[in-house]
Amino acid sequence: MSVAVVAAGGKPRAVWRRGILASRKGRWGFAILTILALVALFAPWLAPHDPNAIVASRILAPPDLAHPFGSDALGRDVLSRVIFAYRVSLAVAVGSTLVAFLVGVPLGLYAGYRGGWVDTAIMRPIDMVLALPAMLLAVALIAIIGPGSNIATLAIAVIYMPILARVVRSSTLVVVSQTYIEAARARGTRTRSIITRHVLPNAIGPAIVQATILMGFAIQIEAALSFLGLGVQPPTSSLGSMLADGRDVLTQAPWVEVFPGLAIAITVLAFNFFGDGLRARLDPKGVTE
Amino acid sequence: MSPRARSIVRRLFQAIPVIIAMSIFVFLMIHLVPGDPVQTMLGFRATPENVATVRAQLGLDQPLLTQYLTWAGNALHGNFGQDFISHAPVSTLLAQRLPVTIELTLLSMTLAVLVGVPLGVRAAAKPGAVRNATEGFVVAGIAITDFWLGIMLVLLFAGIWQVLPPSGYVPFLQDPVQNLRYMALPVLALAFGEAAYILRTTRGAMEEVLGTHYVLFLRAKGVRERRVVYRHALRNAAPPIVTVIGIQFGVLLGGAIVIESLFALPGVGRLIVTSIQQRNYVVVQGGVLVVAILFILVTLVTDLIVGWLDPRTEDGDAT
Repeated sequence: MSVAVVAAGGKPRAVWRRGILASRKGRWGFAILTILALVALFAPWLAPHDPNAIVASRILAPPDLAHPFGSDALGRDVLSRVIFAYRVSLAVAVGSTLVAFLVGVPLGLYAGYRGGWVDTAIMRPIDMVLALPAMLLAVALIAIIGPGSNIATLAIAVIYMPILARVVRSSTLVVVSQTYIEAARARGTRTRSIITRHVLPNAIGPAIVQATILMGFAIQIEAALSFLGLGVQPPTSSLGSMLADGRDVLTQAPWVEVFPGLAIAITVLAFNFFGDGLRARLDPKGVTE
Repeated sequence: MSPRARSIVRRLFQAIPVIIAMSIFVFLMIHLVPGDPVQTMLGFRATPENVATVRAQLGLDQPLLTQYLTWAGNALHGNFGQDFISHAPVSTLLAQRLPVTIELTLLSMTLAVLVGVPLGVRAAAKPGAVRNATEGFVVAGIAITDFWLGIMLVLLFAGIWQVLPPSGYVPFLQDPVQNLRYMALPVLALAFGEAAYILRTTRGAMEEVLGTHYVLFLRAKGVRERRVVYRHALRNAAPPIVTVIGIQFGVLLGGAIVIESLFALPGVGRLIVTSIQQRNYVVVQGGVLVVAILFILVTLVTDLIVGWLDPRTEDGDAT
């Protein structure tokens, strides 16, 4: 437990140095994620061309020096399009996981701390959601509300919330059985204060690890939804809708399909590696998968 | 009743509330559609009379509870309502399309198990080169999205080498060879990530078992290594592996939605997606209900198998 205490309140810099950056995977994940985040943040400055500029002379033009990723069926620069689409995909991934985290963590925390009927009342419905295939659930939700990037974000959040709630609940159960919680109770500390000052900091680690890894997979889910036409809608493009657009010209211009997919793969890996690095520090007992 | 029979019965009863809750969600889908679902379905040129007729047809003018009970009762009898566009019963559509999805899922899972389990066992039994090679596979399996892998497979096998068809479907009974040719790429695309995941699980479970004292004892006793690994260790490592295989069925059913659309396979997943685009809510409801029930049943069977493999987890909690 002492490890997690350090992670929460102690010296954050030590957490970085000795934890995440100590493992090779963690270092790689951190480095790649930093680059990807910068790319998304500074997309308008980094993109070499206007992502929506239609250039008739460059229709399906293969990669060259000025256009390293080639051009698509409308002669638009694929690299610039990937950079801008990446921004959209990453926003959906980060947004959805954040929403799931902000809803799931308090629920899991409270269920684990109170136990008994409160636990049952919170966790039963959550387990019901987990009893359905995630992708089916997302598609069903979009069927109800209609397609769009906000709805895709919401759908992914709905899939993720139960997972994070479960992780927090199980780490909370471990923390609650510790003597320092007993001591805090004996001292007459208010419940709210025990939960926020003592349980939360010590139980949150595994959820942070899980959320990091889920963020990577959210890129995949967003891509799948947008590929089906259920996620991000035109004129905005995400990596998934780029993949859907490029299918008709797959054999003539494979570069239109290759690069968005690689961007997805690299992102998933980076989040995974970074999550592994975090795990060494924040989840030494391995509550997360 | 023996304890085992009792636990099986208890597990069966546990599945019932999940199925009921899920059916309520699917039932409510049509009511949660913003605005008037009937108007949305029929489009804005529909006359008020038309809307009223369809509304009555769907029973949407009845009290909510009556509607649910009628709907659920019909569904129990295999009646999922009528498709708006083709006017065919939804049950007929599902009966045509379910075999495609089941074939895709079963073939993918079989391939993933046949690749993942033996490689996982070998990686655990022979650390070194084999383990490092499997690590690369696991990483690739995590990173590469199934449908993008599908696109790349189409590019290679259908675009460049032209040995397999890019998309389409022939029923198995009509022409088994053609059927498998059409299934090859979608199955590969779905199985790749699953195989990697099953491999990782198998490797982890086997490494744990191979580190226990009784394995040390078996080796000290002079039991041949093959027998130690395959007879003793694999048997004890089986429950988590079976659990993961069961859970991944759900992932496959979800993945099938995307892969079926990509490869134009006429399965339930593609039916759901096209019906969403047509705002054909009754068909969406039927499709989601059937896939979800399928998944719950697979989870149930998995739990029963794990309980049988490892009697300590009689309550079905394998992990």
